[in-house]
Amino acid sequence: MKFQIEDITVYFPYDNIYPEQYSYMVELKRTLDAKGHCLLEMPTGTGKTIALLSLITSYSLSKQSNQLKLLYCTRTVHEMEKTLAELRVLHEYQLKHLGPNARMLALGLSSRKNLCINPTVNSSNSRDSVDAACRKLTASWVREAAVKSPGIPTCDFFENYERAGSNAILPSGVYMLQDLRTFGKEKGWCPYYLARHMVQFANVVVYSYQYLLDPKVAGFISKEMQRECVVVFDEAHNIDNVCIEALSVSVRQQTLEGATRNLSKMSHEIDRFKATDANRLRAEYNRLVEGLAQRGNLALTDAWLANPALPDDILKEAVPGNIRKAEHFLNVLRRLVQYLRGRLQSENVVKEGPVAFVASIYAQTGIDQKMLRFCYDRLHSLMMTLEITDTDEFLHIQTICDFATLVGTYTRGFSIIIEPFDERMPHIPDPVLQLSCHDASLAIKPVFDRFQSVVITSGTLSPIDLYPRLLNFNPVISRSFTMSMTRDCICPMVLTRGSDQLPVSTKFDMRSDPGVVRNYGRLLLEMVAAVPDGVVCFFVSYSYMDGIVNSWNEMGILQDIMQHKLVFIETQDVVETTLALDNYRRACDCGRGAVFFSVARGKVAEGIDFDRHYGRLVIMFGVPFQYTLSRILLARLEYLRETFQIKEGDFLTFDALRQAAQCVGRVIRSKADYGMMIFADKRYSRHDKRSKLPGWILSHLREAHLNLSTDMALHIAREFLRKMAQPYDKTGVDGKKTLLSEEDLKKMVQSNSNMF
Amino acid sequence: MASGQVVMRARYKNNGVKDPGVQGVLIMTEDKLDFSPDDPMPSAKLNVGFRSIKGHKFSREGSQKQALLMLTGSDKNYTFEFDKFTERDICRDFVGKVLGKIQAKESSASDAKVDPEKSATTLHDEQLRPEEMKLRMKLIAENSELQKLHKQFVIGGVLTEAEFWATRKKLLAVDASKMSKQRLGFKSAMLADVRPLTDGRTNKVTFSLTPEIIQQIFTEKPAVHQAFLKFVPSKMTEKDFWTKYCRAEFLHRTKNAVAAAAEAAEDEELAVFLKQDAILAGEARQKIRRVDPTLDMEADEGDDYIHLPDHGIFRDGSKEFTDSEYEQYKRTLAQDLNRHAAVVLEGRTLDMELGDTRTVAEALAKSKKADLATQMSDEKANHNRSERASRMAEIEDLQTPNNLPFAPLHIKDPREYFDSQQANALKALGDTAVGTKTINCNVNTAQAYGFLRKSISEMKVTGLSYPVIESEVARKVLIGLSQQLSSTKYNLGKNPQESILDRLPKKTKEELLHFWISIQELLKHFWSSYPITTTYLNTKVSRLKDAMADIYPKLQGIKESAQPDFRHQVSLLVQPMVQALDAAFTYYDADLQKRSMRS
Repeated sequence: MKFQIEDITVYFPYDNIYPEQYSYMVELKRTLDAKGHCLLEMPTGTGKTIALLSLITSYSLSKQSNQLKLLYCTRTVHEMEKTLAELRVLHEYQLKHLGPNARMLALGLSSRKNLCINPTVNSSNSRDSVDAACRKLTASWVREAAVKSPGIPTCDFFENYERAGSNAILPSGVYMLQDLRTFGKEKGWCPYYLARHMVQFANVVVYSYQYLLDPKVAGFISKEMQRECVVVFDEAHNIDNVCIEALSVSVRQQTLEGATRNLSKMSHEIDRFKATDANRLRAEYNRLVEGLAQRGNLALTDAWLANPALPDDILKEAVPGNIRKAEHFLNVLRRLVQYLRGRLQSENVVKEGPVAFVASIYAQTGIDQKMLRFCYDRLHSLMMTLEITDTDEFLHIQTICDFATLVGTYTRGFSIIIEPFDERMPHIPDPVLQLSCHDASLAIKPVFDRFQSVVITSGTLSPIDLYPRLLNFNPVISRSFTMSMTRDCICPMVLTRGSDQLPVSTKFDMRSDPGVVRNYGRLLLEMVAAVPDGVVCFFVSYSYMDGIVNSWNEMGILQDIMQHKLVFIETQDVVETTLALDNYRRACDCGRGAVFFSVARGKVAEGIDFDRHYGRLVIMFGVPFQYTLSRILLARLEYLRETFQIKEGDFLTFDALRQAAQCVGRVIRSKADYGMMIFADKRYSRHDKRSKLPGWILSHLREAHLNLSTDMALHIAREFLRKMAQPYDKTGVDGKKTLLSEEDLKKMVQSNSNMF
Repeated sequence: MASGQVVMRARYKNNGVKDPGVQGVLIMTEDKLDFSPDDPMPSAKLNVGFRSIKGHKFSREGSQKQALLMLTGSDKNYTFEFDKFTERDICRDFVGKVLGKIQAKESSASDAKVDPEKSATTLHDEQLRPEEMKLRMKLIAENSELQKLHKQFVIGGVLTEAEFWATRKKLLAVDASKMSKQRLGFKSAMLADVRPLTDGRTNKVTFSLTPEIIQQIFTEKPAVHQAFLKFVPSKMTEKDFWTKYCRAEFLHRTKNAVAAAAEAAEDEELAVFLKQDAILAGEARQKIRRVDPTLDMEADEGDDYIHLPDHGIFRDGSKEFTDSEYEQYKRTLAQDLNRHAAVVLEGRTLDMELGDTRTVAEALAKSKKADLATQMSDEKANHNRSERASRMAEIEDLQTPNNLPFAPLHIKDPREYFDSQQANALKALGDTAVGTKTINCNVNTAQAYGFLRKSISEMKVTGLSYPVIESEVARKVLIGLSQQLSSTKYNLGKNPQESILDRLPKKTKEELLHFWISIQELLKHFWSSYPITTTYLNTKVSRLKDAMADIYPKLQGIKESAQPDFRHQVSLLVQPMVQALDAAFTYYDADLQKRSMRS
């Protein structure tokens, strides 16, 4: 359908639209007009993504003069693929109605690991080794050498791509990662570099958060983006955590050992170069005297992770004289590693600010703050000079330099925490030195400054006033939408008691109580017998899930559950988890039915949908609080209290409830869908916890469902499922339209204009 | 037995079933049967032509029963007992075949203008392969209805064996291919998770493995499977192998990775069981390429720049680390569960008797190889995946529903479904017969009373000048009601949704059903015989006509024998049968007339 929002003609690929999608688009359009940032909360299952894509592409189509580019950020690669799939539906629709005018280029960008088609390279297991394997074939000096002596292997795909030169372009269309690979194979061009190149010309780029938020990646991928961009952070409820992680580094014993090995290898290399090609080192020295200008004219393939500090904070001046010479720099690094090793031997937990830490480095090793700040760039330059291709071997020294640069750059919002062992395993010494960032606004600030509109959206942004404070920005629009329901298609329940009427909870003193474990098991057993297709369970942590599943196995509950449904579990191994998910879906597809055990804050909770028959029921066992004894968390809480006046308890509850809401929110995809949510913990019945849930869940949480026991919950579930199985009118009961057609929208607009 | 002769040892029972019988050899050829006893006793010697045999009976298969075959001759019955049912069955089939042929021959012989070619084709295709024969036997044994029909028509001589089965080709074909036959999948229970039993007094633990468990172990743990093929029996005996396996299981159960590592270091065969399954890991890498990109979390890891080693927040409680040294000896329940569920979902690839472990292992290896060969090409898989992804991306209720692919509903026993439908139709018929729609079969007394009372009180108000119900209609209602009430009196309180058939006495119901089926069978053959082009068809039709004529009085009988309460309903049920038969007869007569006119 197509309709007008003020002066914009919006092309929407479906025949009908939800009213909240329409108002979402209206708000979005106003944000774009105002060239400002906005914060929008809309329940899952109301078609956020398609509304966003549809409005922004239509906006850019109707303003031909200034083409807006859309940078769509997702948390994960699979969400990226999902977004692109929706975009493809939209693009086909627009092409059908507008013809060639609507042509656009949309592509997903990922790492070499996901895009490389060279079989010798992509057989490596980790991302770093794929990157290094690529570099071995494509680094500028390797290619130069290969021209002279043809025996040196290069990558045919990259050579073809280079040879095609400016002819190597992607025709318009929507490219998922697989399409890029297929296209690359067809043409014999390297899809990774092709995609990197095409990002500058694309109308829509879909990539991961880190490509904008992590300065290391943003520095070489998103550098060329102009201001005329709309940046969308989808599923952004965790955005503060991503920002924080992007600027955090930790150093362990192994890191220091590896760094020492790297240093000695580099000094061998330097000796070798001195003997064979001393000019090269001299040339580097001269270049450094002139400043760090080499970055501009680097070959495409030589670029690697950029400076970990934010672009505004990088010093644009010459490298200090005392680290310009390669040997001197290596000595500085050796002293730094030695110093860190000394600090790691501490027997107590130490918490320090960056200023004190830098001062103590200076006092003990004579390395000043400016030298620290230049560490990363200096290392980069040295590795380039030494023509090191196996970068994956040098990760440890990179980590040390990252650390040095960050600690030398920032004086506030960070702290350094040294822990001699893990709190939970005090008998195993495992010292770690962590530089942790507490201020999420640091990493996202350049994004807000650089781009004209930033849209932060998710199904769970409650309380919505907290995010502007955490991220330190002023949204022009900040709104939370409710869901207009055709029927009560979600059924949240709070289960406080088990079948024996005793309270259930994952509170620390109760979680290992066999009675609670059995009650949880009975709950699941009753539910799998009553609920068709897929059931998803979320636990508060891996260790808790491991424990409770083992107990169920020993009690025989697990065997009973398996009589009804197949059981799949998320593990820490992503390959296994992915296969388990795939099998889970197939089990639901074929009607066998299955249960999936997963972890709140885990990889699955982060972005896998359990919509339709893939999830008719979600059970959230317990309240997913963070590990509250973590020093980093404590330090962050302290910082939040001092800087933003956010109370610790409030933040912890907010954080736990947004995770819980996120977990249960994955069951609904559209209004035709339906699902139940059980919050199985007595603490959910308390008002201070419950009220932090997003409004669209709260509005369906009836008073009578706040304090249930297993048998009552089972009864409600049976009723609900029977009710949902009845046919219904999806356009909504008279008077309250929940599905709008083109005519409805026209009428709405007319009546609005009549009012004025 | 493909040849025209059967030789079998049997006992001939001259004086009925109780007689112990005379041991001897039974030789049957196409035209006669010959029994010569071991003990040359002239009284027991037999030499009978098949022409004098009218039919045959046999005892039901069962462990307690004797394997009997009784041939009913024109003047005398011959009873044979066999050692085994299989032997008996061979003879029975042969007899059935020969009798069928003779009957066919007789009937065709009665017609002077025998078309030898035609009869040859219809008769000689009766040379059945033993499997086919077995299949028919099985079908008959499984389906009591079929058995009844077979007995009634084939043995009763109305239809030949070939004719009977010709209309059931589908049944034969389907079963022969065994494709749609449901196969038993794996059990949902984790059998491979063998639990040790302790006797409580000593430190000994016992594991018990059954062939089924072993098969599950092989499919779930390819490393064990491979090790079995490699080691048994060349390097160790099967028993040793499983002892070792159980030992490894026991070590896992104690969850002591360090001990497991120590044991594995000493014994390399044990290490196979203790280490992570390398084959599985390889398979996982293969499979991960084929998963739906919208849930590929591995790709996610490949795009992760924040969680570089040592980057990001390290110790925030969400991640847990284990000692990498013993990692490979650690196996979690989660892995087992996932693996088990995946195997159950894949289904059983082997369809064979579980017996010898070795053969199971080998068959499994073979089927695995075949699987690899038939895997879809990458191209096609990719295409399917992207198609699926875009289908998944659509929001279903915002657009008109598109035609999703569907699987046809499979009704295991269609008859039941049609019966209920027919009964419903009859019910509706019964209602209209009474006249108005106000009568519901299931109106209970209180409702009926209430209804009457209401109309009377209404009548009081409006007066009789403008009656609510016309008197004629009212009378009909009253009659209908009283009839209904008397007949439903006994059925009150029962499930109101049951069909009329269920209300009838069991015997009547069964009889009715049986007649209905036999009529169907006869009619099917009858109508399929037209147009009559050969004499063979002619005789067939006349045979069928006689058989159908026999049914009429029986139907009448059932109508009359029915209890007065049900007579109406029974006659309603019988009516369509009679009509169908009538139609057939009318056609027959018309056709006969036409042909006689022509000739």
